Amino acid sequence: MSSLSDTELIPTPPPSENSANSVAGIDQALGDFSYDVKYALDAGTGLTEKTVDYISAVKKEAPWLREFRMNALKAFFAKPLPTHWATRDLENINFDKIRYYLASGQKPKRTWDEVPEDIKRTFERLGVPEQERKYLAGVEAQFDSEAAYSNIREVVSKQGVIFLNSTAALREHPDIFRKWFGKVIPTGDNKFSALNSAVFSGGSFIYVPPGVKVSHPLQAYFRINAENFGQFERTLIICDEGSEVTYMEGCTAPKFSTSTLHSAVVELVALKGAKIQYITVQNWAPNVYNLVTKRGLALEEAVIKWIDCNIGSHLTMKYPGAVLKGRKARGEVLSIALANDGQHQDTGAKMVHAADETTSNIIAKSISVGQGRSTYRGLVHIPRHLRGCRSNTECDALLINTNSRTDTYPAITVRGDLNSVQHEASVSKVSEEMIFYMQSRGLTEGQAMSLAVNGFVNDLVRQFPMEYSVELKRLIDLEMEGSVG
Amino acid sequence: MSQLEIKALHVNLAEREIVKGITLTVKPGEVHAIMGPNGTGKSTLAKAIAGHPDYTITSGEVLLDGRSLLEMEPDERARAGLFLAFQYPNEVPGVTIANFLRAAMQARLAEGEELDATGYYKQLYAKMDSLKIDHKFTSRSVNTGFSGGEKKRCEILQMAMLAPKFALMDETDSGLDIDALRIVSDGVNTLRSSTLGILLITHYQRLLNYIVPDFVHVMYDGRIVRSGDKDLALELEAKGYSWVKKEIVHA
Repeated sequence: MSSLSDTELIPTPPPSENSANSVAGIDQALGDFSYDVKYALDAGTGLTEKTVDYISAVKKEAPWLREFRMNALKAFFAKPLPTHWATRDLENINFDKIRYYLASGQKPKRTWDEVPEDIKRTFERLGVPEQERKYLAGVEAQFDSEAAYSNIREVVSKQGVIFLNSTAALREHPDIFRKWFGKVIPTGDNKFSALNSAVFSGGSFIYVPPGVKVSHPLQAYFRINAENFGQFERTLIICDEGSEVTYMEGCTAPKFSTSTLHSAVVELVALKGAKIQYITVQNWAPNVYNLVTKRGLALEEAVIKWIDCNIGSHLTMKYPGAVLKGRKARGEVLSIALANDGQHQDTGAKMVHAADETTSNIIAKSISVGQGRSTYRGLVHIPRHLRGCRSNTECDALLINTNSRTDTYPAITVRGDLNSVQHEASVSKVSEEMIFYMQSRGLTEGQAMSLAVNGFVNDLVRQFPMEYSVELKRLIDLEMEGSVG
Repeated sequence: MSQLEIKALHVNLAEREIVKGITLTVKPGEVHAIMGPNGTGKSTLAKAIAGHPDYTITSGEVLLDGRSLLEMEPDERARAGLFLAFQYPNEVPGVTIANFLRAAMQARLAEGEELDATGYYKQLYAKMDSLKIDHKFTSRSVNTGFSGGEKKRCEILQMAMLAPKFALMDETDSGLDIDALRIVSDGVNTLRSSTLGILLITHYQRLLNYIVPDFVHVMYDGRIVRSGDKDLALELEAKGYSWVKKEIVHA
């Protein structure tokens, strides 16, 4: 397939940078686990026009795209860090030490048997549940920057669905890609969307033709497997009129001692009557800065639904949103965030009502453990001229320890008399009495904590596909393991 | 021989001595009722034996089958065969009774051993049938929005499933109307067996009309001031707690 030709061209990295394989022999003692992988394609560290040129050349991109990247790079340099509202912790990201492009240099594999053993071993360690093993034959698994494995596209292509990595899609379906690319989230939306627009690599492209309902959820796994390696995937999903798709993204990463940046951009386009559900369960290593921009555009009677679970990372800033542009469009965000010691989950949702009778629903639950900090930021905007719009926000925070922290910053602007809005917020604490009650039934303190936290998020988790709720429960158990004592 | 031995137990709550030397032995198959006025240390005794962190044992010993409970965490005591039925059971929002009990049973298995789900549900439903509890009950979140009677039935169901050697039942009758009281005491009577020892804490004699004890102990100001058989409870009912104060304590 022509989309695989990336690997045929191996240009020399910019000479001023570190040698390509300097990250290959990672010190195993540094963290959890990592397998020796030869990085054949590497843009070196730091970010200049040369880096962007290199990425564009490796991907044999059209001139318009190279120009798009260059403009984005300028926007990135020009924009200040958003520390006037966000945490100053962002200043600790050293953009010169980050590796902006890295591919494994392997062709994407067509069958599971062809997937290298060390990658399989990593999946094993990530604990992909048994229920999912059967799906693995259909998994689009991104191994570092490029997809290491994919074949579900053959199944869905029978329905006329296009499911490719974004590099291949730009080459094979430039017209439809370009029509919506950067339209939901413009390059200059924020500093990190600009960064992604400059150096993006990997991510998925999905186009679902009119009326097609994709029966199987499409899946992708992302992880970071190299120290100082930033991952900048770009995902664009377009559901044509009356079509439906569910996309699931799972992220886990091995631990490393220095900071890593993940900055994705995900754009969803739901045309008239279409329905897109985007599910993320992620568990970044505790040194990752996870700064992601996710937004969907919903036309008439279309539905955008984000299910977003943030566990791990050093700092996550993510506010999935929907622009409700057509009459009766609906946007929904269900989110769970768990902030452990040293972690800050700054998450929330944005709902922009731009047509009559649009509805939005935000349910956000956060858990703060130890000195973990969770922040909810919500934006709901309903302008004066609209009528019949409804919006509901519920945000609940659970504090595990007395030194945990949670903050809520809802920004709700509703004008006009013909719209309705609800906002509810609660903060609760796992009480000593509740833990004692559970312990008196034979559960250890850690098991009791896990159960309390799982109970807190249960009504949201029930809406997840089975295999994801199982995975999420295990992630919570793992996080709570070390939180007592 | 299996037994729960409480020996000269002294318990403090916030630096204040509440239990002032209690000695009592419960054997399997026995039901001991502890009666006494409010604030006399009955609930403190139960919580301290179960290991509530607010209570400090200043001296004395509690042995279950000869093993000291006092060095154990509350969950270790539970796994050793102790059960505390709470006066005010806590809510565990979002956790169904079925999942809660399953986790509690799983916690009793050795590391790496997986609870057989089919067997578990079979056992759960059989216990519910014998206690006349609707199967739908198990899908409700533990104690969340329960009536007083439902909370107590939930406690009884847990006790039935966890099959303790010794159960401490703290004011099982509190907050119950007469119908609920009958239902709950029927449950306890169903669970009475030669392998279970029960320490039943109550303020009112009326519970003992339904659960007939083998021994009755009257507790006053942190001590057991008189022990007897079930007739002692009737005497106490007839004469009131003021009799305890005047005739027993100051005698």
